[in-house]
Amino acid sequence: MTALLVSIGLGVLTAAGIYLMLRPRTLDLVLGLTLLSYAVNLFIFFMGRLRVGAAPILDGKAANLTHYADPLPQALVLTAIVISFAMTAVLLAIALRTRGDTGSDHVDGEEADA
Amino acid sequence: MGGTASLPWLASLPFLAALALAITPNARARLAAWTAGLTALVGLGLLLALAPSVFAGNVLHWSVEWLPALGLKLGFRLDGLAWMFALLILGIGALVVLYAAYYLGGHEPRARFYGFFMLFMGAMLGVVMADNLILLVVFWELTSLSSFLLIGFWHADPDKGQDAREGARMALTITGGGGLCLLAGVLLLGHIVGSTDLDQVLASGAIIRSHPMYTVALVLVLLGAFTKSAQFPFHFWLPHAMAAPTPVSAYLHSATMVKAGVFLLARFYPVLGGSPEWFWLVSLTGLATLMLGAYVALFQHDLKGLLAYSTISHLGLITLLFGLDEPLAVVAAVFHILNHATFKASLFMAAGIIDHEAGSRDMRKLNGLWKYMPWTATLAMVASASMAGVPLMNGFLSKEMFFAETLTAQTYFVMEWALPLGSTLGAAFSVAYSLRFIHDVFFNGEPVGLDRVPHSPPFFMQVPVAVLVVLCLAVGILPAVLVGPLLAVAAKAALLGPTAGLLPTYSLAIWHGWNLPLLMSTLALLGGILIYTTLQRRVNLHTLDRAPITPPRDGRSLFAAALRRVINRAAQTTLGLQSGRFQHYLLALVVLAVAAGTLPFLRSPSQGAATVAGDAASLPFIALWALGVAATVTTVWVHRQRLLAIVLMGAVGLVVSLAFVHFSAPDLALTQLLVEVATIILLMLALRWLPDEGDEVLTETRAVTTRDALIALAAGAGVAALCWMVLGRPLESISPYFLETAQTLGGGANAVNVIIVDYRGLDTLGEITVMGIAALLIHALLADWMPPRLPWQPPVAGGLGHPMMLALVSRLLLPLMAMVSVYFYLRGHNLPGGGFIAGLLLALALMLQVVANGQTYVGQRMPLEFTPWIGWGLLLAGACGMTSWYFGAPFMTTTYDYPVVPWLGSVPLASAAVFDLGVYLVVVGGALLALLSLARIGRVPTGNAGGSR
Repeated sequence: MTALLVSIGLGVLTAAGIYLMLRPRTLDLVLGLTLLSYAVNLFIFFMGRLRVGAAPILDGKAANLTHYADPLPQALVLTAIVISFAMTAVLLAIALRTRGDTGSDHVDGEEADA
Repeated sequence: MGGTASLPWLASLPFLAALALAITPNARARLAAWTAGLTALVGLGLLLALAPSVFAGNVLHWSVEWLPALGLKLGFRLDGLAWMFALLILGIGALVVLYAAYYLGGHEPRARFYGFFMLFMGAMLGVVMADNLILLVVFWELTSLSSFLLIGFWHADPDKGQDAREGARMALTITGGGGLCLLAGVLLLGHIVGSTDLDQVLASGAIIRSHPMYTVALVLVLLGAFTKSAQFPFHFWLPHAMAAPTPVSAYLHSATMVKAGVFLLARFYPVLGGSPEWFWLVSLTGLATLMLGAYVALFQHDLKGLLAYSTISHLGLITLLFGLDEPLAVVAAVFHILNHATFKASLFMAAGIIDHEAGSRDMRKLNGLWKYMPWTATLAMVASASMAGVPLMNGFLSKEMFFAETLTAQTYFVMEWALPLGSTLGAAFSVAYSLRFIHDVFFNGEPVGLDRVPHSPPFFMQVPVAVLVVLCLAVGILPAVLVGPLLAVAAKAALLGPTAGLLPTYSLAIWHGWNLPLLMSTLALLGGILIYTTLQRRVNLHTLDRAPITPPRDGRSLFAAALRRVINRAAQTTLGLQSGRFQHYLLALVVLAVAAGTLPFLRSPSQGAATVAGDAASLPFIALWALGVAATVTTVWVHRQRLLAIVLMGAVGLVVSLAFVHFSAPDLALTQLLVEVATIILLMLALRWLPDEGDEVLTETRAVTTRDALIALAAGAGVAALCWMVLGRPLESISPYFLETAQTLGGGANAVNVIIVDYRGLDTLGEITVMGIAALLIHALLADWMPPRLPWQPPVAGGLGHPMMLALVSRLLLPLMAMVSVYFYLRGHNLPGGGFIAGLLLALALMLQVVANGQTYVGQRMPLEFTPWIGWGLLLAGACGMTSWYFGAPFMTTTYDYPVVPWLGSVPLASAAVFDLGVYLVVVGGALLALLSLARIGRVPTGNAGGSR
């Protein structure tokens, strides 16, 4: 049940992200990329499987290691979150620069001819 | 076998000269000419020194390993055939260098000319001396390239440049294309024989001829030879290559370039010859070329054009002889190669002299030059006589042999008649155009419309012509003495490969008694005279624009049309694929990714049946998740109302953060929460310049949005399916190792942080570097930002100023937030926290001050310059990694201890904490630099950095 919910949610996030990224406005592209990076980060995190109520810190109380949450995907995703923030910011800066230089907020810097 | 040591010198000498000439200034023309001339003479000397050995029947070898792994050697091989060709290349080369010294004007880049010339000479020597088929092709391509440079030598000339460029391009395209065919053919031969070594290939004739791929290899090799030797239907490049300076034509189109093709026929005759395929392909091509060339040559008005078509015709004759597939015919072919090179080189040089001294090559203008340049006229007349096949000339001898062969060759039905008839007719036209050359240029009245009075050339310019013409005569009169041994050794090599064998009996004599060949010669002579005089009287050749009955569209225009089509198609394809539209590229990327992800599903449909994973969901989680999905869908729904969309996206981010909490990842939850806040601030800052523009931007059609929606849904479905399938599978992970060792090796209880700063420390170093670069990039992009000229004005903040309540509370919050940040940093190794989280928190604390109080207020109290933070952070992290070198450990090795500090007790202390401090600094600096860069744009339109508010 949880797995199904989680999978559907990821699908919705991905679809929303990609749809927005395909829009011609730069801000939509940034929003889309942000949503897509949520999806990707969650996806990587879920590859360590869904653990509810597992201990995140090694307190030495548990008998075996399966008691603890998987640290590896977390470590991978933690840096990924920060990097995707940096990339979102770069994209936003490019969008603003395009706006400043061309006056347009189209991803090509000019309106597409129909 | 003495003297093989000089083989590599012989082969590399021209290349060394080319290198020397490349650095010789063009003004030093004499030096350049002497360098080139002496190179050719020294080469000639080396070649003559090798003569005794070669004439004794030896095949000289020299080689070194080149690519041993591929079985390739750099090696040279000199047999009789190669020796004869090398003699032509070096001998005529030396004469042409002398000639060119007088031909080229003082303003022309002469050192460069001789450099190209030497390059070409070296390539030709390489072709005839290569002992490996691959090496042969390499030199073959080098002849194409260097001839391109030579033919296009006058590419920059305002008058002749256009023709030079087109001619050079056409020659390169056709001979280069043929070279590719040759490469394929040679590789095929190498595959059949199992080696590309020339000796082995030449000894494997029977294997090659019985191989099923024989015909393919034959056609490919022949394509290489026919394109190079300008055989029909590839002949049309040769006349256009006449745009080259005449010394180039004299060299390339008499003795070398075009002879490389017939050299190839001679070289491969022992292995590829001796089959019906060879006979039909080679002899028919040769016959067609022979007749076409002779016929068209008569109707040329350009001297060099006439000679070019004559060359085509004679090359056809040689090809036809090889095609007859008879030992005696091969002897005749080799003999004619020698003779044609001699008389044609002298004729080209004579044509060049006429052009040089009379200022034109048009036979409609050039008349009666006999009295202006009697010496040149005499020499040209003798050479033309040889070209026409008049007795006592060398041309006569080989043409007699040729006629004899067309009669006696074991041919097939129709060919028995077609061959002698066609040959006689071709020879008659050959006589006719030779006659026209003499009559039109040296007699036939007075010059018409020349821009100068013709005069005799410098003495030394005639010397090369004279040498060759004397040779024509001498060989014609005393053939057996002068060329007997050379012909024997060359023909033997062409016939039987490397092993010595039998040569057919033939006699080199002027008089063979009354026989059919003599009758054919006589008929050709009389017929040629008749053709010329009749045409001149009845039609007047000068009034014809082109040869009658030939199609108006010549090879050149067909070639140009084909080239245009190819270029247009290429342009269409490129423009079709490269629209220049970002959305198209992104769409293609997504579609490809979806396809690449779907393909494995389709291949193994059984993958779909995964076990349903795990436990029932708790009600709060279901509610939370439903909220997230709803917020996501609504974000898309209202994405045109930007403020609303950003707020909703923030809600999605919060749900993601809470999901991390739910699934036991507090570190991630903290990071996500802080990043979310920072992202929202960024978007809000940008919104001022990227606002909602209403319905005006509704440029997209419903079809486009529907298409994108479907693709997005497909991608979403794919990700959902993938996630669902993975979650239903057992996990095999390397994670237990980290859990086991995090405390013993890393000295930390928070395995996530230990992995980040210790196990994967190098990755983290890379990641903070990326973070720093991204921040600097944003700074660079926005530092000199100028507001755009827009039809509307962006909303101007102000009026209210900064809300007092927010300002005051934020000031109170700062020390608290800073302390929490430090606390997160310190506890990171053992509890949720660490450099990333602490850094983001401090950045947000400071940003809050900027938002609530304004940059001016904050700027008065602390420097808002965060670039150094990034630098110091990276330095600290890197230095921390390097410190381990001092202790003899690899980069980024960490250690930890629990020293006892008074009052505090046992304190956990890991060296990784220093590294984490570097991370902390970079994250604070990077995040603030990015945020402030966005906050600053458009704020001070005058560009004054002081701040105005």
